[in-house]
Amino acid sequence: MGAAPGSTGLPDLLTEAAVIKGRSLWQDAWTRFRHNRAAIAGMAGLALIAFYAVFAPFFSAYTLDGLDYTYIQAGPSLANGHWFGTDSNGRDLFVRTAYGARISLLIGLMTTIIALSIGVTYGALAGFLGGRIGNIMMRIVDVLYALPLIFFIIILVTVVGRSIFLVFVGIGAVEWLTMARIVRGQTLSVKQKEYVDAARIAGVSSAKIIQRHIIPNVIGPVVVFVTLLIPTNILIESYLSFLGLGVQEPMTSWGVLIKQGSNNLESMPWLLLFPATFLALTMFCFNFIGDGLRDALDPKDR
Amino acid sequence: MTAFIVRRLLYAIPTLLAIITLSFVLMHTAPGGPFDGDANLEPEILDNLKSAYNLDKPVSIQFISYMNGILHGDLGPSIIRKDYTVSELLRLGLPVSLSLGIKALSLALLMGGVLGAIAALRQNSWVDYTVMTLSMSGIAIPNFVVAPVLTLFFGVYLNLLPVAGWGDVRHQILPVIALALPQVAIISRLMRSSMIEVLRSNYIRTARAKGLDHRRIVMRHALPAAILPVVSYLGPAIAGIVTGSVVIEQIFELPGVGRYFIQGAIDRDYPLVMGIVIFFATAVIFMNLLVDIIYGVLDPKIEVE
Repeated sequence: MGAAPGSTGLPDLLTEAAVIKGRSLWQDAWTRFRHNRAAIAGMAGLALIAFYAVFAPFFSAYTLDGLDYTYIQAGPSLANGHWFGTDSNGRDLFVRTAYGARISLLIGLMTTIIALSIGVTYGALAGFLGGRIGNIMMRIVDVLYALPLIFFIIILVTVVGRSIFLVFVGIGAVEWLTMARIVRGQTLSVKQKEYVDAARIAGVSSAKIIQRHIIPNVIGPVVVFVTLLIPTNILIESYLSFLGLGVQEPMTSWGVLIKQGSNNLESMPWLLLFPATFLALTMFCFNFIGDGLRDALDPKDR
Repeated sequence: MTAFIVRRLLYAIPTLLAIITLSFVLMHTAPGGPFDGDANLEPEILDNLKSAYNLDKPVSIQFISYMNGILHGDLGPSIIRKDYTVSELLRLGLPVSLSLGIKALSLALLMGGVLGAIAALRQNSWVDYTVMTLSMSGIAIPNFVVAPVLTLFFGVYLNLLPVAGWGDVRHQILPVIALALPQVAIISRLMRSSMIEVLRSNYIRTARAKGLDHRRIVMRHALPAAILPVVSYLGPAIAGIVTGSVVIEQIFELPGVGRYFIQGAIDRDYPLVMGIVIFFATAVIFMNLLVDIIYGVLDPKIEVE
């Protein structure tokens, strides 16, 4: 900062400062993220899995529920086109795993969007209203937080009805709690920062303060949490489907396939191997990306 | 301290009330009922059955009589398992689920704590990388994948352990391991990062500077401080083990509460499902209270008032 001996007065310094382009929070974060090899590998892995989910069925000669009587319980083979093998009905696992990927990824995304909208609205409201109402709102979250909420999801999908729509709603309705906490905590803490006071004193409008200071500070942790919530929700869906309560035949998901694989583990180990590997790889990728984003977006580490 | 406990217990009442109401309304307003499976029932018999279980009355009346029962310690009869009351079924299932859960939690704390601490002490060595890779895998691979694989290796190929059922200790080994693994993974990560932070702190440097030997520094000064984040994770860990036990009991065919719950939900055995939800909610609430008290005792910075 301080004027070096060679440089002249303030006007020069100001022209110099005008030329130097400041780096925004996001440019900084991107630079850091790019240098995190695990996170980039996670992005690449996820892109491949998504590509597989969308396009794999077009490359195979088989369909989701087509039965191939010549190859029943066949192991993975390049020769007959059943690259991941077939199940006891002769259905092709390569295609089924891809359809499972579609459903699992879709559920991960949809439930996270539901949880995101409820959580952000609720948390922002609690943080914005503050005071007694805000406290009561957060007490409700505390109360719900202490419960094994999977039981509610199970009641919802067994008793109310077994539809994929209820799986979305059930998981989304339960997983917003942490999001609400993060958003409220972040809003409250930013609101009390000196630079927000300074901005207010300098005459910056509330709308501008929210746009310039509150939102950028809330978005970071929310983005990190979203990348960790998607895999959590995919896992919850597989858990439900494994219990036979989630996605129903003829539709399939990784959970359904894993269940089928675990029932036939001794005779057809490939039925567990492929869906489980895809599920685990997806978990790895999201976790790597989440860790990378956390490191990239946390301004404290700079 | 007493005031804190009393206040928390008072909070538990509206919480439980909310849970009971929510699950009751959710179940009783859904279409269908527990007798849907019995296709050939005469209408008169169906009516008699319904009135025997109070199901012919409006939901609000059913709710009041159910609450009345709970206040008198009566969880009602099981609709599907006609020879049992819900309390009797809980008494049958609980020993299994509790012994499984407590063992899994202890194993997770012990293994996770030790592995995490070792990884932190040997930071950036191959030990650290191995522990962290295993931990990452434990988080990425769900226990309903691990359990069948464990069964295949130890039960079928090596023929060392039974693959399912309940009896002696040998029946418990695989379920407890499968249940504990994801928690081991999370706890070891937590323990490692908190231990690394503690080892970098000034008072550890002071202890080292005054010539205290390594063992004493780790055991007396670092570990007790590093364990705090693990203690505050106990609540979610218990919830995770309860959740996991449902699927683990299913895989190993253990006669625990989790299986009654799933079967009860599928059969619409309303009182049974309600009873289990109430029991688990109560258990989790009290465990969380216990965790908070332990935390207050362990961390001198926090005053429980």
